Amino acid sequence: MPRPGFVLDVDRSTPPVLFHHGEQFKLEKLPPGRSRIIYPGEPLDPLEDIDGAIHDALVNPTGDSEPLPALLRPGMKLTIAFDDISLPLPPMKRPDIRQRVIEQVLDMAAAAGVDDVHLIAALALHRRMTEDELRHAVGDRVYDAFAPHGLLYNHDAEDPDNLAFLGTTDKGEEVEINKRAAESDLLVYVNINIVSMDGGWKSTATGLSSYKSLRHHHNVKTMQHSKSFMDRHASELHSSNWRMGKVLKDSGVKVFQIETTINNNVFGTEGPMAVLQKREWEWNTKDRMSFMAMKAGLDRMSARSRRSIFQAYRAPHQLTSVQAGEVEAVHELTTANVLKQHLVPVEGQTDILTMGLPYICPYNVNSIMNPILVMCLGLGYFFNLYRGKPPVREGGVLIMSHPTPWEFHPVHHPSYIDFFEQVLSETTDPIRIEAEFEKSFAEDEWYRHLYRTSYAYHGVHPFYMWYWCSHAMQHLGQVIIVGGDVRAVRRLGFKPASTLQDALEMASDVVGRDATITHIHNPPILMADVT
Amino acid sequence: MSRIPITKKQATELVKSLPVNRSVAASAARAGGSAVARRLTPSVLRAPTLPGGVEPLPVESKVGANYDTDWARSYPARAARVLLVEGVVKPAMDLLATPTVEGLDRLEDLDGRPVVFAANHHSHVDTPLLLSVIPEPWRHHLFIGAAADYFFGNRVTSTLSALVIGAIPIERTKVTRNSADQAAELLDDGWSMLIFPEGGRSPDGWGQAFRGGAAYLSLRCGVPVVPVHVEGTGRVLRKGKNVPRPSPTTVTFGTPLMPLEGEDSRKLAARIELAVAELADEASSDWWQAKRRAAAGATPSLQGPDHGAWRRTWALGDRKAGRRRPKRTWPEL
Repeated sequence: MPRPGFVLDVDRSTPPVLFHHGEQFKLEKLPPGRSRIIYPGEPLDPLEDIDGAIHDALVNPTGDSEPLPALLRPGMKLTIAFDDISLPLPPMKRPDIRQRVIEQVLDMAAAAGVDDVHLIAALALHRRMTEDELRHAVGDRVYDAFAPHGLLYNHDAEDPDNLAFLGTTDKGEEVEINKRAAESDLLVYVNINIVSMDGGWKSTATGLSSYKSLRHHHNVKTMQHSKSFMDRHASELHSSNWRMGKVLKDSGVKVFQIETTINNNVFGTEGPMAVLQKREWEWNTKDRMSFMAMKAGLDRMSARSRRSIFQAYRAPHQLTSVQAGEVEAVHELTTANVLKQHLVPVEGQTDILTMGLPYICPYNVNSIMNPILVMCLGLGYFFNLYRGKPPVREGGVLIMSHPTPWEFHPVHHPSYIDFFEQVLSETTDPIRIEAEFEKSFAEDEWYRHLYRTSYAYHGVHPFYMWYWCSHAMQHLGQVIIVGGDVRAVRRLGFKPASTLQDALEMASDVVGRDATITHIHNPPILMADVT
Repeated sequence: MSRIPITKKQATELVKSLPVNRSVAASAARAGGSAVARRLTPSVLRAPTLPGGVEPLPVESKVGANYDTDWARSYPARAARVLLVEGVVKPAMDLLATPTVEGLDRLEDLDGRPVVFAANHHSHVDTPLLLSVIPEPWRHHLFIGAAADYFFGNRVTSTLSALVIGAIPIERTKVTRNSADQAAELLDDGWSMLIFPEGGRSPDGWGQAFRGGAAYLSLRCGVPVVPVHVEGTGRVLRKGKNVPRPSPTTVTFGTPLMPLEGEDSRKLAARIELAVAELADEASSDWWQAKRRAAAGATPSLQGPDHGAWRRTWALGDRKAGRRRPKRTWPEL
């Protein structure tokens, strides 16, 4: 029986706690008496018969939907869209869950005599997936069957000929999605829900949409009113996507949504990484030895070697649930299943929130975690992993640990480089950034060209990363990055600190000497249910 | 040219004049060295002679289906086999057959439990090729059903077959309980089996009807059957050739099949054959085309068209050779 997540009050006998630090690790002592650590729940038991569970979900759909085989007929246009490289994190060991689901959908389509099938990677304004990445997601069999004929491809949010305008919401938000998906008799969406933000109408209304459509919810105002965007019912981001979903439905786009959830088995139970998933006081001699050996080895390696090792890691995620059918009904079940794994009850807010940021976020898979992504992971994702209210009080301090190198992937993140050099050197205020700079980056022909033909994130993407953090920036009194590149941290508008003790000392200037401290022991992922 | 110092007649006379029992010399010459050895052996150690009028007991063959291969699963023999497979067979196959392996992900849910791998059979290369591509944990915990009359014909081939490929003898000319019992016992002990249900190599490049052995063992031991399709080994070393020629091959593993409720071995064998045929279709076209043809019941038979010999050979040319996956050309950063 997996143990649920819990909050540990730190006392003198509490061993040093693990902090992820990019591709390295640190063990830190937290001040006893005023610190606590939020631990994630242990991995939930996985489904035993995965293929059987998928089949069952497809033939017994949730909500107002017919079984998938009944929706398939000869001569129809079928489009299968699937989540892109940003999910799951880290990428999972083969076979990817998308492959398992897509193969079963195609099995049924073949049995029904469906000829016209397209598969689309729903990547919105993310970078295009490479052949290797697509092969990993859908499997070699599906890739070899469809890609050579041009039937498996990446969504292009900048191709005017292949976008369909479907109308506007009652709040005036324009809805424009992939034309093939919009004009299909059936759109099957295959999702992986790693956090509660994913899935629902966000899959189609964001994943398959264009900049014209995305800008209505990927903006500072929406993000500042999403408290948090991980909690759908308190998220303006989701409200906007749900309004867009209604437009999709009303305009006749028939969606059969397949959502899956995975457990917290990120580092496995064997191998040197397994120790990262255990609670520190339960580390045995072997764990301590392997951790020390791993840490010593990593500390002596070049950053590039460390990155290669970690980026090659494939996580043994296991499927905990699969549900299919009508979008909203499916998503309700999915969210409940995600929360079952992630939710940890936490009483009261803290003055100082600490977190160790790992080597990966949704936008640097097989890539480099640049300073903007470091900020987005900490202030965008980890900060927002709460329900109710943030675990840190308004005006509190956030301390993150990450090397934050002044380094960018020139192919994947070209607009990030210019954003960091040109925009952040002017201002870090998201409202000013949005008003003064967004349009020129979003409509830049060179960025557009790189997005469409190379493997670059869209020109506007670094802006979205910045907006993603606007709720946290509005809420926090100070942000400190421990062990980061000093110049890069200052460019982000944060304070650099050499050690955690220094950072706590600096934080005391803002929140006082006896401030309470809460450490989020993430990953594996947890979501604080703060009351 | 040197001359012989005596004539042939003089030599014969000389031999006759030697003080030797000529009848003994003649019998020794007839029976050869073994008879001489027998004569020289003390009588208590000699094999008894058969009295006249007594029917000799039938001699039980120690080779063929009766060859005892238990020793080949002892730890020293297994260690030797691991060294041979990893050190000799695999590098040789990588050079000779450069295999592309597909469908390994389909074995993911088996969690290493014993299975019967049932493959089509084109060439003697099939066995070493499969030994080098079947993944762990099965690769080194595997035995192979090999033709008793061919691989276990004499002591030398029997020993080599048992040691190098971990073979057990399977009678293909008659039904024997011995072979099946031995295979079932090993499956029950946690070993996996590789079998070629066609019973022999393809004579013309097309497959032959699958026999029921794999299906029978699956039903008897409750283990799944993994259909395997091997493509291209006929080009490396087809039946009738002795010298291999390097050529790329493709091995496709299929979804494991479990016997259905009430299914007999004949029906299961047909299902295994169909599964291998679907894999063949998948290897020669693509997964989706193969799926659609399978759904429409139009999967091309492994046994080829029912035509005359030349048209069957002609039709072989229609099948596409295995495709190579392009190398990744992503820049290192």
